[in-house]
Amino acid sequence: MADKMTDIIIIGGGTAGMTAAVYAGRAGRSVKVLEQSIHGGQIINTSHVENFPGFDNIAGFEFATALYDQAVKFGAEFVYAKVTGIENADGFKRVLTANGHYDAKAVIIATGARPRPIGVAGEEKFVGRGISFCATCDGAFYKGKTVAVIGGGNTALDDAVVLSQLAEKVYLIHRRQEFRAEKQLVEKVHKPENIEFILDTVVTGLKGDKRLEGLELENKVTGEESELAVDGVFVAIGQMPENGMFKNVVEVDAGGYIVAGEDCKTSCPGIFAAGDGRTKKVRQLTTAAADGTVAALAASEYIG
Amino acid sequence: MVALHLSAENFKQEVLEAKGKVLVDFFATWCGPCRMMSPIVDQLADELADVKVCKVDIDQAEALATEYGVEVVPTFIVFENGEAVKSVSGVMPKPVIMDMLK
Repeated sequence: MADKMTDIIIIGGGTAGMTAAVYAGRAGRSVKVLEQSIHGGQIINTSHVENFPGFDNIAGFEFATALYDQAVKFGAEFVYAKVTGIENADGFKRVLTANGHYDAKAVIIATGARPRPIGVAGEEKFVGRGISFCATCDGAFYKGKTVAVIGGGNTALDDAVVLSQLAEKVYLIHRRQEFRAEKQLVEKVHKPENIEFILDTVVTGLKGDKRLEGLELENKVTGEESELAVDGVFVAIGQMPENGMFKNVVEVDAGGYIVAGEDCKTSCPGIFAAGDGRTKKVRQLTTAAADGTVAALAASEYIG
Repeated sequence: MVALHLSAENFKQEVLEAKGKVLVDFFATWCGPCRMMSPIVDQLADELADVKVCKVDIDQAEALATEYGVEVVPTFIVFENGEAVKSVSGVMPKPVIMDMLK
């Protein structure tokens, strides 16, 4: 599929990508957003966002939908395509997809990240059969049951609180003593009586035949091994970027993040990185939006 | 035309006893990804003349969700002459669902 030149192609339709689309569109640039699934990104899995400036409480879905409408209003064209790579051509960039290519004067990579799997044997066969990465999506299937949440960050603690209202019993399994989640969430997670903490502990194996029945655990301090019977486990141990297909054109670090500073400039002129997939410390809705802004304006400046 | 909302009562008549293809979106009102997919499902209902497109709220029809092994929402199941033939879960672009119906 040949296509005429677009000013800016944005890869990924999450918060960073759609914010970039708003800014680039308002700057008078033609914009295509290439998204392999559905616009919205990770935030659609979050039940309530309480820390986006100016919004006391907004559903992740509502936020994503409003941002999409805003990007479309400023002229962004959303194309559903799985991007397989980028090529540097003479004076432009060629974005390759499973269904042909698109040419642009500048590219913003905003592919974000996906939930990190536990990394134990047999994990894949239990996804959707006891293993979930989204408590707000799948929590209701565990009404009155016993579940575990793995992780110690905001998502894990939020999941535990959500699940404590549905499940009979919630185990929160974390590899350290301290939680890295926000203080307010740490306080909140200690309130429900049906949340039990299993700390200094990692999951080393999965039990079950057709569906998950239990977890094998190891205490990292004592070395003690144990088993825990659960009906489901919610995995919230962070994110994993997927930028392998861009390695030939931009520098990608060992963790898979695209190397770029706060200016969102990658090692390749004309290619910018925005959002969770970029090397940075804080990965929040606000920082994704900030990156989208910076990358769009930088891309616009690059085009001249 | 928007997608037809089914209940436990009319599921048999509208899906199991229907001739041809029926797409059923098992969703929940509290699920963000389901709400993202909802307009796409309505578009399909509008665009596909030869496929009946339906939605089932799993909280209103828990037994149906259990019967069809729905453990993730949204789950899309394609029925052909009353038999479940294909199933897929999660958010996905419209073309993927259209491919399932081919």
